Amino acid sequence: MVSSSAPALAVESLRKDFGPVAALDGRMVRVLHGVSLRAERGAVTTILGTNGAGKSTTLGCAQGLLKPDGGSISLLGHNPFTASSDLRSRVGVMLQDGGLPPSVRPIPLLKHVAGMYRRPADVDALIARLGIDGFASTSVRRLSGGQKQRVALAAALVGRPEIVFLDEPSAGLDPQSRQVVFDLISELRDAGLAIVLTTHLMDDAQRLSDYVYIIDDGRNVAEGTVAELTAHAETESRVLEISTTAELSADDLRATAGLTLTRGSAGHYRITGVHTAEHLAAATRWLAEADVLPTALSMQPRSLEDVFLDLASTKEQSDD
Amino acid sequence: MTETTPAPAAPSNAASVAQRILRHGGYETTLMLRNGEQLVLAVVLPLLALVALTFVDLLDGVASSRIEAAAPGVLALCVMSTAFTGQGIATGFDRRYGVLTFLSTTPLGRVGLIFGKALAVLAVLAVQLVVVGGTALLMGWRPDPLGTLIGLGLLLAGAAAFTSLGLLIAGTVRPEATLAITNLAWILLAAAGGILIPGSHLPGVLPDIVQVLPSAALGDAMRAALIDGTVATGSVVVLLAWAAVAGTAATRWFKWT
Repeated sequence: MVSSSAPALAVESLRKDFGPVAALDGRMVRVLHGVSLRAERGAVTTILGTNGAGKSTTLGCAQGLLKPDGGSISLLGHNPFTASSDLRSRVGVMLQDGGLPPSVRPIPLLKHVAGMYRRPADVDALIARLGIDGFASTSVRRLSGGQKQRVALAAALVGRPEIVFLDEPSAGLDPQSRQVVFDLISELRDAGLAIVLTTHLMDDAQRLSDYVYIIDDGRNVAEGTVAELTAHAETESRVLEISTTAELSADDLRATAGLTLTRGSAGHYRITGVHTAEHLAAATRWLAEADVLPTALSMQPRSLEDVFLDLASTKEQSDD
Repeated sequence: MTETTPAPAAPSNAASVAQRILRHGGYETTLMLRNGEQLVLAVVLPLLALVALTFVDLLDGVASSRIEAAAPGVLALCVMSTAFTGQGIATGFDRRYGVLTFLSTTPLGRVGLIFGKALAVLAVLAVQLVVVGGTALLMGWRPDPLGTLIGLGLLLAGAAAFTSLGLLIAGTVRPEATLAITNLAWILLAAAGGILIPGSHLPGVLPDIVQVLPSAALGDAMRAALIDGTVATGSVVVLLAWAAVAGTAATRWFKWT
């Protein structure tokens, strides 16, 4: 008997090639260069990365939809690519594009999927929980993105899985249904499910995850709990966010204080590398010299997004 | 892959394979029968063809009456509607929308999906047989009794050949192309593919060309069975060859995503 501490999912040095690609003279393109991760029961494991980082490909291999070109995957102790119906009955999958037939209404669809299982979940309770009864008479084709997401989530859960894969579960959700979905995910975690989700939204990862793997260009670049990742290395670092109605010159800031302006969308400035009170004073001096009184100014510890932006900018510099 | 730790014998939560296939077959049957365009293709157009062929002289000389000559070919057309065009288009769009991918992650799996689809084709075909065959009987059709049994076997072989062809197209090209190809092929084969009108009655070089097509093979074999009570061996061989080749090709080249 295997102890219950065996991970629900163990991915080791996963490699995956796509192709041949005509635009590259028929060469293969390697999209995963050796991704490793583990997902425990009773935990939310998040794969965080930008679009094209290899998140969905990793999930596709773990779900048995794609055949790996190297490395190994153990899903509930089995190879997912040769999964039997018995193994599939223990795994829930929510695809990024939903995978729902457009002409069907949500409830008949969920009842049909439930029919594939010996002991399905209570479909009516799931429908009520996710607010699907509010649009039950609408065919999938006419549902909003967020409504489709909720149906796809219900379809992934209807077989009472031991492990569930959620590819970008909050995409298209309004704040209210996002809360409903997040609460449900937390509840499933507490009930002992292994939850593996991908997201490119730092906020989601920060709110939901027990353990985060950051992948970029098909490689692991960082991993840890949210606390570990955000505390890592620069414990004292802060992020200063400034909103103004006026235009500010980033060059002046760099020249005066050596701080980094990591992002400047319209009227929004984000300064990292604030380590001391003197750095803060330099930033406010910068505003005073420009004779700008900001509409908002706030300081926070590093978020997961800052970790991610740091990793991304490090990569860009090394690419240059 | 080596499994260093044996997995605990966790209980399966999958419904039995028979339940999964039956349920999926029922689900797909309902979808096909609820779809207006599919119904036009599966029932309305064959009925129109049946009635039209009794008002024109295209089939004169084929059998003792126009209805005797028309009914076998119209039933063959029903197979092409449902198995080829109908299931081809439905599967093409299911593939586009990721439905095939999602269902293959459930206990149904890919094999269950294919068997479920085949079951749905047969169920819709049964409905067509009752409606179109029943109308033909009301119009005075009196098929050969032994030929009726042979005809049922031919419809099954035709369903196998045309489902394989439909899935081959649906699984290899974009759904819009599947829609165009299967609709166009339906019209061309219905008009001049030897399905409604015997291959030998077509003008020019067409008779030589169409006799190797699955449409003429099914149409001619159905006429031989239901009009004369005989087995058209050549046509049956052509039909089974198409089923084998298209089935193998679909298994080999069908792309699920």
